[in-house]
Amino acid sequence: MPRIVVDVMPKPEILDPQGKAIVGALPRLGFTGFSSVRQGKRFELTVEGEVTDAILAQAREAAETLLSNPVIEDVVNVEVVEA
Amino acid sequence: MTELPLIGDAVAVGADAPDARRLAGARIGVVTFPGTLDDRDAARAVSLAGGTPVALWHADSTLGDVDAVVIPGGFSYGDYLRAGAIARFAPLMSKIIDAANSDAKLPVLGICNGFQILTESHLLPGSMIKNDHLKFMCRDQVLRVENSSTAWTLDYAEGQEITVPLKNQDGQYIADEKTLDALEAEGRVVFRYVGFNPNGSRRDIAGISNDAGNVVGLMPHPEHAVEVGFGPESLDGIGGSDTDGLGFFTSVLNKIVGGAK
Repeated sequence: MPRIVVDVMPKPEILDPQGKAIVGALPRLGFTGFSSVRQGKRFELTVEGEVTDAILAQAREAAETLLSNPVIEDVVNVEVVEA
Repeated sequence: MTELPLIGDAVAVGADAPDARRLAGARIGVVTFPGTLDDRDAARAVSLAGGTPVALWHADSTLGDVDAVVIPGGFSYGDYLRAGAIARFAPLMSKIIDAANSDAKLPVLGICNGFQILTESHLLPGSMIKNDHLKFMCRDQVLRVENSSTAWTLDYAEGQEITVPLKNQDGQYIADEKTLDALEAEGRVVFRYVGFNPNGSRRDIAGISNDAGNVVGLMPHPEHAVEVGFGPESLDGIGGSDTDGLGFFTSVLNKIVGGAK
């Protein structure tokens, strides 16, 4: 069954405390090659049957209204992944 | 302690006590979502102030006959997705949003998670993200009342400092500079942290209101500072009083009783 993948990231100007915590932990494990980390969210919406334009439009609307908060987050990607 | 109404103008006078009857007739709804923690404290605060608390359930499709609504703190829906994000779409919330925006301007107070729900509902601008120091924080917090003309702050003096408990993880208030400037210019910063900013909130903002002043949200917890012997001063004597939070509830009751109800 096809899925629609939605990726949400904190806006660039918003401090990402979780990313900050992760970047602090990386060097303790010997991963010294990374100067910053931003943590986002990935949603997978499963579709029964075919992904029509209408379904895709619904996914985009859901991404903007429920899956992200436009004050602090950007929807950076909405794509169809065939199973 | 005795549970008498604590409102100046509305305290019962004489045998008939018409004011007290009117006061007890003021019905303040307290919303419970799955994961709400502070609904009972909020209801108790309403009672101690002299009003009648009315339990509201998130799945209710009607507000009933309430004169104001408190959205209490906690972790509605486990803070899944974002704090307040799922609660915002509960059936009762659409009724609250409509009533808050209507001509009747239903007074709505959001405390902590309730504040987060109000920003997710777009009743209040901005949003909350994780505390800048990444830790859950619980402390007695001094606030300055910056606007004493909202439905929930009428009984305070402008500039008055109050001490109430604060306890949160996602308490860092943020908004873009334009929104922050507008909030300041329009007097909609209702509370500011004093002495110590516990979560990195922009411009030390602890609470804000909507344009009309009927909707107020804040991170600290006035409902935990309403009873002598159980408030901040009892714990560490940092100042203020045990009952600094009671004014929220007497304010809205005064507003309701004094209004053309």
